[in-house]
Order: sequence, then structure tokens, then C-alpha cells
Amino acid sequence: MIKRLRFFIDKFIANLFKKRSNIKLGLYGPPNAGKSTLANTICKDWLGEEMSSVSSVPHETREIQVKEAVKIKSGSKELSFRLIDTPGIATKIDYEDFLKHKMSKTEAKKRAKEATKGVIDSIKWLDNVDAVVVVLDSTRSPYSQVNITIVGNLVARDIPVLIAANKIDLKRANVKKVESAFPQYKVLGISAEKGDNIEQLYKELIKLVK
Amino acid sequence: MLTLQYVPQVELNSLTSTDKINKLLKIVKSEKIVLMEGRLKPNEETELIELTMEQISKSFKGVEICTIYPDKKENAQFFAKMKLLLVNMILGNRQGLTIIGPASIVKEIKRNPNKIELLTRSTRRRSKE
Repeated sequence: MIKRLRFFIDKFIANLFKKRSNIKLGLYGPPNAGKSTLANTICKDWLGEEMSSVSSVPHETREIQVKEAVKIKSGSKELSFRLIDTPGIATKIDYEDFLKHKMSKTEAKKRAKEATKGVIDSIKWLDNVDAVVVVLDSTRSPYSQVNITIVGNLVARDIPVLIAANKIDLKRANVKKVESAFPQYKVLGISAEKGDNIEQLYKELIKLVK
Repeated sequence: MLTLQYVPQVELNSLTSTDKINKLLKIVKSEKIVLMEGRLKPNEETELIELTMEQISKSFKGVEICTIYPDKKENAQFFAKMKLLLVNMILGNRQGLTIIGPASIVKEIKRNPNKIELLTRSTRRRSKE
């Protein structure tokens, strides 16, 4: 209880003195939801360069990636932040799953080991972010415990949340299902790869942290 | 054979978060599916994921987890809310049910708002190493 109270007092004091340009915006979600693709789209749009490598093999991002001084604009409003691309959070990692992606056993084991560390780092970074975009794959069921745990932790830490229902360019996408799973949050359907609704995302991001 | 082990809140109330998680993980690692009364706090859920990741090995691939929690009655009367809060403080959060299974046995837990499907692996994989 005391620890929790201290956490909120520290956060309050930090917020009082924090410059709005020092905002840390985290991209969180399960593996293969499109966090790194979204990070790349944001960075390409505003910095002209990519940030993370992307792959169809799960757990491609296994280390926290940070991009400094990302400045976005929407109409007359603008926002500067540090963009944090996090490894996907999962409750299980089996190196044998990577073997299906034509990886050698040694590579698969290495990847699995790095992925477990990545999940732990993502969770630890929850204490450092100021606002979060939870990136979910809208072609998959949103009712997974990982999604609920991520959102529950952000709410418990009083961190503003925007849910990006990604991959709306795919036929099986179901943004309404994501909305019904998280009725109390703003859910925005996007395609990070095709750029669909990205302008709206920038607008919502500015609203999220202002 | 599939073994389910029920863990009532009374067995967890006196434990710290870490001890609680370790107790649950110990059961899961003995290849049983935990049915826990109530739910973990958000920080305990992340601690469960962290400790699971730290313990992943050749024989332990992680967990599948699912929580069933009744809808909060937002329009419940003030005294009803206070009563529930007090009961939760004294006895722990006994509402809902948490299912935690080893990933080697539970392939997936599919949850829709009104039903839960627990898919188990048909054949157990054996390590060749």
C-alpha cells in the first residue's frame, strides 16, 4: 500500500516538473500485432527513417527500441515525444515454434531466450512510459489475457491509453469486436502497413497526452 | 490425465504477491491446471508473466492464463459497493475465477464474453535432448 502510494506521489511530482517534450510514448501489445510496423510508419512520416526491423516471425523485436525527438503535427497542434517500441508481451515462448519458420535449432533457442528477456524488459518499462498505444491485431480475438493484463496495468498506473486495432486492411479484421472488448477506451482502427487512418491516429495521440 | 487443482483465496491471503505467484507457478510446473478463486491484481498478473519468463526452460514453456470476472455493477448502491470493498479487503478478492495451465498441456484458452474454451494438446511432446 505504502509502496503504491509512493509510486503515485513520485509520478505526480515528476509530472509537475516534466517538460511536455519529454513525453515517453510506448507501443505495447502482444507479439506480431504490428507495433514495430507502426513505429516505422510514425518515424518515416516525421523523421524520414525507419526505427525497427519487422518480420512475420513472432518476437522480431526483442529489445526496447527508443527513438528520440519525434515531432508530430495534426492541424495546428503538435506533439514531441520519445517513441518506445517494446517487445511483444507473451505468457509462453517455445523455441520449437520458431523452427516452423525455417530457423536452425541454435537460432531458435537463442531467439527464444532473447524473447523471454524482451518480455521482462517490456513489463519493467511500464513504469517509465507516460502514455501508451496498445497495438492489437484486429484479425485476432481481443479477449486474450495478455491484452487485458496490459490494459489493466496501464489503468492501475494511471497511464493514458489509446487502443490501435491494427491490420484493418485485412479481410478478417473486426474493429467492432475490439471495441466491445474494451468499451471504456478509445479504439481506433488502423493499418500501420498501408497507412490507413494514420492521420486520425496522430490526432488522437495529441489528444491523449494534452 | 488432466489434473485440475482448486486454490481458494484463503490459501493465498496471507502470502506476499511473489509468494502467491511462486505457489501458483509451482502447481502449474507440476503439470496441473490451477483453478484459483478470485483474480490476481494487475501488478501480480505482470509479476506472474515476469516470473514465468525467468523460469522458461526445456521442460517449461510458459503458461496459458484466463480470468473470468463478473461485470462490475456501476450503478450499485453506495453501501453495496462499500460492503464489497470491505469484504475484498478482509478476505481478498474472491470474485471471479482464474485459470492457469502449463503451455505444454493447455494449447490455448479462447475467451468470448460468454464462454471459455480450453484447448489441450492432443499429444504430449517429449524432449529428445
